[in-house]
Amino acid sequence: MITKIPEATAPAPAPAHRAPEPPRPAGRRRAWDEAPRWQIYLPLSVYLVFTLVPFYWILLFALRPPGSTSLVPWPMTFEHFEKVWTERAFGTYFQNSVLVGVATLVTTTLVALAGGYALARFDFRLKRGFMLALLCSQFVPGALLLVPLFQIFAELRMINSLGSVVIAETVFQLPLSMILISGFIRNVPYSLEEAAWVDGCNRFSAFRVVVLPLLRPGLVAVGSFAFVHSWNHFLFALMFLSDQDRQTIPVGLNTLMSSDSVDLGALAAGGIIAAVPVVIVFAFIQKWLITGFSAGAVKG
Amino acid sequence: MAQAAAVAKQPAPPRRRRGSATPRRLPYLLIAPAGLLMLGFIAYPVISVFYYSLRHHNPTKPWRNGFAGLDNFVRAFTEDPRFWGTLTFSAKWVLVEVGLQLLFGLALALIVNQTFVGRALGRALVFSPWAVSGVLTSAIWVLLYNSQTGITRYLADLGVGEYGTSWLSDTATVFPAAVVADLWRGVPFFAILILADLQSVSKDLYEAAEVDGASRLRQFFHITLPHLKDAIILSTLLRAVWEFNNVDLLYTLTGGGPAGETTTLPLYIAHTSVDAHDFGYASALTTVAFVILLFCSVVYLRLSKFGGGDK
Repeated sequence: MITKIPEATAPAPAPAHRAPEPPRPAGRRRAWDEAPRWQIYLPLSVYLVFTLVPFYWILLFALRPPGSTSLVPWPMTFEHFEKVWTERAFGTYFQNSVLVGVATLVTTTLVALAGGYALARFDFRLKRGFMLALLCSQFVPGALLLVPLFQIFAELRMINSLGSVVIAETVFQLPLSMILISGFIRNVPYSLEEAAWVDGCNRFSAFRVVVLPLLRPGLVAVGSFAFVHSWNHFLFALMFLSDQDRQTIPVGLNTLMSSDSVDLGALAAGGIIAAVPVVIVFAFIQKWLITGFSAGAVKG
Repeated sequence: MAQAAAVAKQPAPPRRRRGSATPRRLPYLLIAPAGLLMLGFIAYPVISVFYYSLRHHNPTKPWRNGFAGLDNFVRAFTEDPRFWGTLTFSAKWVLVEVGLQLLFGLALALIVNQTFVGRALGRALVFSPWAVSGVLTSAIWVLLYNSQTGITRYLADLGVGEYGTSWLSDTATVFPAAVVADLWRGVPFFAILILADLQSVSKDLYEAAEVDGASRLRQFFHITLPHLKDAIILSTLLRAVWEFNNVDLLYTLTGGGPAGETTTLPLYIAHTSVDAHDFGYASALTTVAFVILLFCSVVYLRLSKFGGGDK
């Protein structure tokens, strides 16, 4: 399915904007709302137990003292966090992960924005081929290209530099990000841009003044994907970064897990450090994410 | 193909515009950064994989390096039982994971699409494992499954099972244990995508159906499911490819063990190239994996008549 919003409709404001629902007749609710309450709450609570017990488990292990088998994290202690942050170098890993994540976010968004604009607004000869290449690249797993990628970065003398991870993450984020962004841009009526040209804007300033503000939900979705993805991803960092002080959080977690006697408290604390930024990002953007998706992302 | 034709027929934006200095070169300039990055870091590595698949290439055995013809492929299909073993496991893993994730994801999306008290919180909690990485998922489930202080200990306290049970090191339990761990993270993916698509179902349809006296079950099968069809086909395909290729979780949770029991084909390829340095053979296996993925995807899209529905 292709997003069906025609390009030259009257300027509807934001891409993610929904028409206000007409007031429902009093006393009558939508049919789909009429599920008995227990059919909602019962399965939902069962599923929530499955979702939340693992989270509770990791909090429990991170906060209770070593050797404790209590099911309540009391007395509470932060010694695991101190240990993992300093002794196991999670402070350094955290810094590296932030650097990689932010750099990936910026490069992915900028490159995808440029490419997405071209795909949405121009008809050019290589367009079909380029779109096809984007789709095909979805089938190319980074995991299977580790060795040739390693050789390339060795050639570029970028092994052990965070730049190699940023490039690799960006490249594998790009296709999907570009498809998403071009979908968002298509949802912004072309006539808005044309009107800005009449008012004396050139193409770039028209884009900046008119289109960019309307793309905000989409850019937030794409940017946060890029950040979270590179924050979470671990194979590239594992392969391309060998010095311990260059490594990222997932590699640190893997090291904790693969040591002979796993320090469960440290592992739990490290896991929570790994989760915090992602949780914060998602708490901020969750609403925009859903609207961003329904604004044509899934169907673009 | 009807799909492609529909794309082509869309009104093309006018090509020449006032205010654009170089209208013909501009789109190429705009896609250049992305195009170059993808050429250098996707296309070139892929070509080099194809190239090496026809060669013996092993830095630890340089005397054998050279043109190999189809030797590597012959070896995979006729001499290497691990190839078939890992391929079968991959298929099993993908089918079970995608099937269960879709089932639970659809159910959850339908539930949190209802109006009820605490919906926002419910959604946030249900979706929360989605953002958790494969490695962190492993860490969490290692904590849950560990034989000393894991969940089995507390179950044993209640009289269920025995103390010291380790689900991840027993060949009988490792598969379901790994499946559950990956489900925990994978279900929200489907729930989010399906929920997004549910929100675009026209409410009028349900109201009309209700006027006609259709039951909620009939409404689901005749309105909701057809509407979701394309989204479901696309998301299952993307997820299947992703589950096939993704090695984070199994690599860190089981390491492919015990006794190679949970080694997928990509994991085997990674071991072959990174640990055994047999890069020629690993490239041939990669090529086979590509071809299988591409073939299965095309067949799947054909069989499911993607995009051919209510246009």
